[in-house]
Amino acid sequence: MSVLEYRRPEQVAEAIALVSADPGAAYLAGGTTQLDLLLKDGVVEYGTLVDIGRLPLRGTSVVDGVLRVGAVTTMEELAADAVVIERLPMVREALLSGASTQLRNMATIGGNLLQRTRCRYFRDRAVAACNKRAPGSGCAAVRGPARMHAILGAGENCIALHASDLCVALVALDAVVGIEGPDGQRSVPLTEFYVMPGERPDVENVLAHGEMITHVDVPLPAAGLRAQYVKVRDRASYEFALVSAAAALRIEEGAITEARLALGGVGTVPWRAWAAEDLLRGRQADEANFRAAAEVALRDPYTVPGTEFKVGLAQRLIVRTLKYVSGAQT
Amino acid sequence: MGGASVVGRTTVTVQVNGQERRLELDSRVTLLDMLREHLELTGTKKGCDQGACGACTVLLDGRRVVSCLTLAAQCDGREVTTIEGLAPGGELHPLQEAFIRHDGFQCGFCTAGQIMSAVALLAEERAGSDAEIREFMSGNLCRCGAYPNIVAAIREIAQQGGGMP
Repeated sequence: MSVLEYRRPEQVAEAIALVSADPGAAYLAGGTTQLDLLLKDGVVEYGTLVDIGRLPLRGTSVVDGVLRVGAVTTMEELAADAVVIERLPMVREALLSGASTQLRNMATIGGNLLQRTRCRYFRDRAVAACNKRAPGSGCAAVRGPARMHAILGAGENCIALHASDLCVALVALDAVVGIEGPDGQRSVPLTEFYVMPGERPDVENVLAHGEMITHVDVPLPAAGLRAQYVKVRDRASYEFALVSAAAALRIEEGAITEARLALGGVGTVPWRAWAAEDLLRGRQADEANFRAAAEVALRDPYTVPGTEFKVGLAQRLIVRTLKYVSGAQT
Repeated sequence: MGGASVVGRTTVTVQVNGQERRLELDSRVTLLDMLREHLELTGTKKGCDQGACGACTVLLDGRRVVSCLTLAAQCDGREVTTIEGLAPGGELHPLQEAFIRHDGFQCGFCTAGQIMSAVALLAEERAGSDAEIREFMSGNLCRCGAYPNIVAAIREIAQQGGGMP
């Protein structure tokens, strides 16, 4: 890469003005993914980085039953937040299962939402075919060795995985993304924030150039919702998910009155398993129904030889996690 | 506004091991390269240089980070502690002593990162059990496989009450 300009404005509006005015500019938060892609892998290019790490967008507050998380709050800071510990243990589990302490001290919540895929073909400039990096060039991953790739929301144009743990818990809990840009502020549910690869794998979310995530709102669940985030991976710690599940159930007199299920390690976007939730709602909390939910959650996957195993693994993880949150299994 | 006045360059004022340093650098320079190439503090090691191995771990405002994925520019006005800062007068930090006593290394390349990470681990109060030590030291890889001895060294200092200087 050539010359890089570094700017560190003190106000949000100033940062937005700088990036909006310059097509070659980007925001820099923790940098754990972005600097890797820019300086080491050389697969993205920016003329200017606008450091937003010290903007007054840090910390949390609770208003009307919603936890508002400032975008540059770090993963470690959020995991240590008293409200998260008490009311959102699943979010804490997801946070602490991701990356290492060093990276969690750097990586921000806004940055976590916007993290780029770990797809090795995307990250290797020597690979010509990558629709995400070079639109229209094809997808090397669908024909080459693949393992850490998506099977839901995927297709022949792209099987790149969204590797976040945190976002899986957040989509399950109906988190909402606060956005500010040159034209003002808006809010988008996290379940509608990401864009499936489709014909344009290079378009990953609804943000326009110059728009910034300023905060994430997480509704605090009412008491009685049992939730858990479980991650299956190739080593015990400091590894991305092969599959993961964020599951929450509210059970009254044996029947499920509220069901939330999201999956990681399988989707091109953090994956909310709506059909499985619909199936569970109103039914008895038993293994037969959990199996049926797991079946519909993984309906119509797009697999390649290296990712076929994820279908059965994800189904078994869903059953296990639902059994746990239902109290049937410890 | 912090940042450059000359195209592509950044002026950084940073406290390194208690000493104020002022540098004018290419904006692309990482904290790791600033320490090693510009300040000749070569105790911090460059392993993978992509945030995967932890060899370059240092403390930034008291928190552990990987210096290879931190821009020097991001450290302007902040405090950095490296392995050299643990033994300012030549007297080893208790964790350094413990790593020697327990043979917590073989080739030694990951050791500075392991020890900086362990210093932070103790401050975070996450060394309550071997399982906890392993989990929260997982960002530091040791290709020689000295893990049991590294855990033993950290466990000993944790049981003595932290070993903070």
